[in-house]
Amino acid sequence: MEKETTTVSQPGVLRFITAGSVDDGKSTLIGRLLHDSRAILEDQFAAVERASRRRGQDAVDLSLLTDGLEAEREQGITIDVAYRYFATPRRKFIIADTPGHEQYTRNMVTGASTAQAAVVLIDARKGLLPQSRRHIYLATLLGLSDIIVAINKMDLVGYDERVFLAIRDEVLRFGRGLAHSRVSFIPISASVGDMVVERGEHLTWWTGPTLLEALEAVDVSRSLLDLPPRFPVQLVTRPGLPPLVELRGYLGRLESGVLRRGQEVIVLPSGRGTTIRDIVSLEGSSEEAIAGDSITLLLGDQLDISRGDMIAGTFAPPSLTQSISARLCWLNTEPFEAQRRYLLRHTTRTVKARIRNIDARVNIHTLDRDQFVGNLAMNDIVHAQLALQQPIACDPYETNRATGAFILIDEVTNQTVAAGWID
Amino acid sequence: MNLAEEARVLDDAAGPRTLRTRTQLDWLESEGVHILREVAGECTNPALLFSGGKDSAVVLRLAEKAFRPAQIPFTIVHIDTGHNFPEAIEFRDRRVAELGVKLVVGSVEDSIKRGTVRLRRPDESRNAAQSVTLLETIAKYGFDACIGGARRDEEKARAKERIFSFRDDFGQWDPKHQRPELWNLYNARVNPGEHVRVFPISNWTELDVWQYIEREELDLPSLYFSHRRPVFRRNGLVVAVTHVTQPKEGEKIEELSVRFRTVGDMTCTCPVESDAVTVAEIVAETVHTRITERGATRMDDQTSDASMERRKKEGYF
Repeated sequence: MEKETTTVSQPGVLRFITAGSVDDGKSTLIGRLLHDSRAILEDQFAAVERASRRRGQDAVDLSLLTDGLEAEREQGITIDVAYRYFATPRRKFIIADTPGHEQYTRNMVTGASTAQAAVVLIDARKGLLPQSRRHIYLATLLGLSDIIVAINKMDLVGYDERVFLAIRDEVLRFGRGLAHSRVSFIPISASVGDMVVERGEHLTWWTGPTLLEALEAVDVSRSLLDLPPRFPVQLVTRPGLPPLVELRGYLGRLESGVLRRGQEVIVLPSGRGTTIRDIVSLEGSSEEAIAGDSITLLLGDQLDISRGDMIAGTFAPPSLTQSISARLCWLNTEPFEAQRRYLLRHTTRTVKARIRNIDARVNIHTLDRDQFVGNLAMNDIVHAQLALQQPIACDPYETNRATGAFILIDEVTNQTVAAGWID
Repeated sequence: MNLAEEARVLDDAAGPRTLRTRTQLDWLESEGVHILREVAGECTNPALLFSGGKDSAVVLRLAEKAFRPAQIPFTIVHIDTGHNFPEAIEFRDRRVAELGVKLVVGSVEDSIKRGTVRLRRPDESRNAAQSVTLLETIAKYGFDACIGGARRDEEKARAKERIFSFRDDFGQWDPKHQRPELWNLYNARVNPGEHVRVFPISNWTELDVWQYIEREELDLPSLYFSHRRPVFRRNGLVVAVTHVTQPKEGEKIEELSVRFRTVGDMTCTCPVESDAVTVAEIVAETVHTRITERGATRMDDQTSDASMERRKKEGYF
């Protein structure tokens, strides 16, 4: 279709997380999405039928489709992020199935880091509990563009529209901190199958989309292409190989924006300017690259560029800094220790880092800044100041996730101990 | 504002331009290339596991595209159970010669001779024994990264696997204490003796793999396409007659049109009935299949709900 080749690129993939506690029916919802979109095959379904019977359940328990690890099946809870796949004719979906318990905040942060949208489940009988609030806050903190609040178990409240509206208003009322995300609401029953993939027969008063239709409609492309170009250099090819006989090629993925042949660019941290001589895509020489493309750049000048450097547009370049102010989510079971040495990994660059000060603790129930006392321990989110041994070229996470995000690695244990996003 | 209007606003801001649509295959390919380039940037001695199967053929293609015109900067490794289909071995050697890359073969037969693999019966499946030989090969050559074609959609335990997955100095996977993996900031740091397994096609499904094979016109072993073959039936599966898989009493040999959906050790890989002789026909069959790839074809996954998880902890790919 000609229209598709001349319009803004719609990515063929949407990544989203599902947040909600065990009792909100999250695993059932995912099972329902997979089952009704025909991503569950007969042998998988038969295995779940057998497992349901073994547990003495009458109906097939769709939640058994997703709990992958032995420990989870023993305890009946989800303890790690699991990834699920299904596709419709419109796009491919990757679900990060994240646990709902508070002690697994780090897993939700992990799942949300690669997602564009979140489906937050609320039990219609219980309304907006502190933990649903926490899920919505975390989704906004991680910069997800779309939050779909699915009010579940409508069958258990007689499919009453008033219950749905009351919960919707309650969520909208605490709307603080949601300014950067689009929030929408859908009444569903995951166990019956209403408004998930099929409309069902019970929610006749609902004229909005089904959950799947809402997911198909999430638009994520525009924001990334609209941003200034950011190209972290992954590797440098040696010259001498045809067709790059005299030139070095810079390998990497364009994380945001658009680059065109002939365009002026700046290389950081050196600050030197040059032009793009050619863009080699995976198919060969091309006129332009857009966010998400893995490419090789050939530049107009011979510059000293290596892995960890950033090539950016000359308009609104990233800031080059050795001191950052950021929010940190502590991921490790061992708390932060000031005398330990940490490495900061930002785009393709790794530098030594020190946490200079912890200013405040983020209250994930209110988003308030609480006074910081005690340890920085697993699942804590804090406001902190970091000092870096070498500068990084970064943007605020709010404007560019790829150049605003970092992780901290313990230099001795090699553990990934914290996730950070720059203010 | 609808999409067309949005496109116009964008065009006004940056001058006229045409943006080609990126499909899901473009997205997956770009992600896989990014991952392979990260391995080359972060690891000192990486290996790429190539069995001659379709998934590793896709990974090899991604590696080719990620680094060309330069050579693939990985040692190609194959763990040979000694019970591989000859078509897969022929294909492996042909691809390696075409790419001019170095091939290292770790042989389960050698592990048996060394006494590190002990089989209870001579005809016992050597599939699980591959883990021992793989770890021995990793140790012998000092690989700090091992790239493989495993996909998260294959199996429940794999659904929780990281893209860069840490293995301790016993080669073990600890699913409850995996390194968190955020954004696309992969942590490949290991101490001597440890390594990471890297899965660049984690996010691909069986259908994505076949569609990519179709788009890239990838060569595959002939086993993947429908052919006539003597088979017998066991536990609802079709089993090929080979020197290591013989019918027991009461199991009748018949000749059927079959193809393999996965190609692994002969003792545990089963074909499915199919008339698909082209990639396009296989894509069409994959769209309509009602049975999972491993469910239809693997004798070793059906022993228990957690058999893959247990094998993975032991170092299995």
